[in-house]
Amino acid sequence: MELFGALITLLGSIILLIAAIGLVRMPDVYNRLQVGTKASTMGTLLSLLGIAIIHPTWAGKLIILILFVLFTNPVSSHVLARASHYINIRISKRTVVDKLKVTDRAFKVGEVKK
Amino acid sequence: MINTILTIALALIFLSIAIIIYRFMLGPSSVDRVISFDMMTIASISIIGIISYMSDRVIYLDIATVYGLLSFLAVIIIAKYLEKGL
Amino acid sequence: MKNYITIFVILFFVWFLLNNTLQVEVLIVGLIVSALVTTLVGVMLCVKCNVFSDLKYTPKAILNTFIFLAVFFIELVKSNIDVARRVLAPTRPINPGIVEVKTKLKSKFARMLLANSITLTPGTLTIETRGDSFFIHWIDVKDINVEKASNELIRKFEKYLEEIYD
Repeated sequence: MELFGALITLLGSIILLIAAIGLVRMPDVYNRLQVGTKASTMGTLLSLLGIAIIHPTWAGKLIILILFVLFTNPVSSHVLARASHYINIRISKRTVVDKLKVTDRAFKVGEVKK
Repeated sequence: MINTILTIALALIFLSIAIIIYRFMLGPSSVDRVISFDMMTIASISIIGIISYMSDRVIYLDIATVYGLLSFLAVIIIAKYLEKGL
Repeated sequence: MKNYITIFVILFFVWFLLNNTLQVEVLIVGLIVSALVTTLVGVMLCVKCNVFSDLKYTPKAILNTFIFLAVFFIELVKSNIDVARRVLAPTRPINPGIVEVKTKLKSKFARMLLANSITLTPGTLTIETRGDSFFIHWIDVKDINVEKASNELIRKFEKYLEEIYD
């Protein structure tokens, strides 16, 4: 059982390593955020879950930590994505469509006409 | 056996933090640096969890909770500052 | 009233997990502190906080909560396999874009849960919410039509959240 927990922790650290590689390889801010959020959430979750399996009397605190990471990590990535769209960070050339920009432009034109 | 596996896991997480620091230095915009900072914090929470098992002290987990809370607040405030100015 | 009871139960649950003991004195102190904080929140700090007041506690809603959690964790595992595939492939198979989807949910807390779930599912990231529209960064755009993108991306969570919240 303890060996199983240790292997889960190792799997979590491998996922964190994938997150780091993705952070370097992806072309623009939004793709980095995508890779970073998903993989780092799952990596931390698995690492702490492995510790909780090895040492079950600490499970309460570890569960609180896991829930905390699971709730706050998507919120912070959402806030960062919104800020980077607001200050016009350069978007990758491979982007197909940007509906938010189109909507913003229509909104501004409508305001000018009023 | 378990300590060996956990040491390998620690080494992998330190390696990932080193790769993230490369993006932190390279990052063309400020948002890239904030993302790198956030992910370093998340990886550090894992490190604190593993170290608290290896040195057998439960109090380190409280430190990890507070550390995550402070980093979350810092990211929110930095994003707010970038968006509109405080 | 339902709002404050939910806050009280959550606070007491966090206290119990943090102390990790079943001693009667600790539990009584926890009950007192949770009641005090709930009253403080309800009376002084934020009178209009009604985040939990549109939760439903019928058996059907509780069943749907568990189904939602199961679907969510399956999607989380799938999204990590997807991320690993995209990161480690030598050609970087991405086709990114920002699409618009429409939601039918009205409750604020349900919308927050929906946005968080979208962020943690394969290849999507919520950027902005405006009125009924969510703007989503999709790493592999298949359809830019609003209806079809909504069906593809958010319907799988929305149908459970509709049962849980009003």
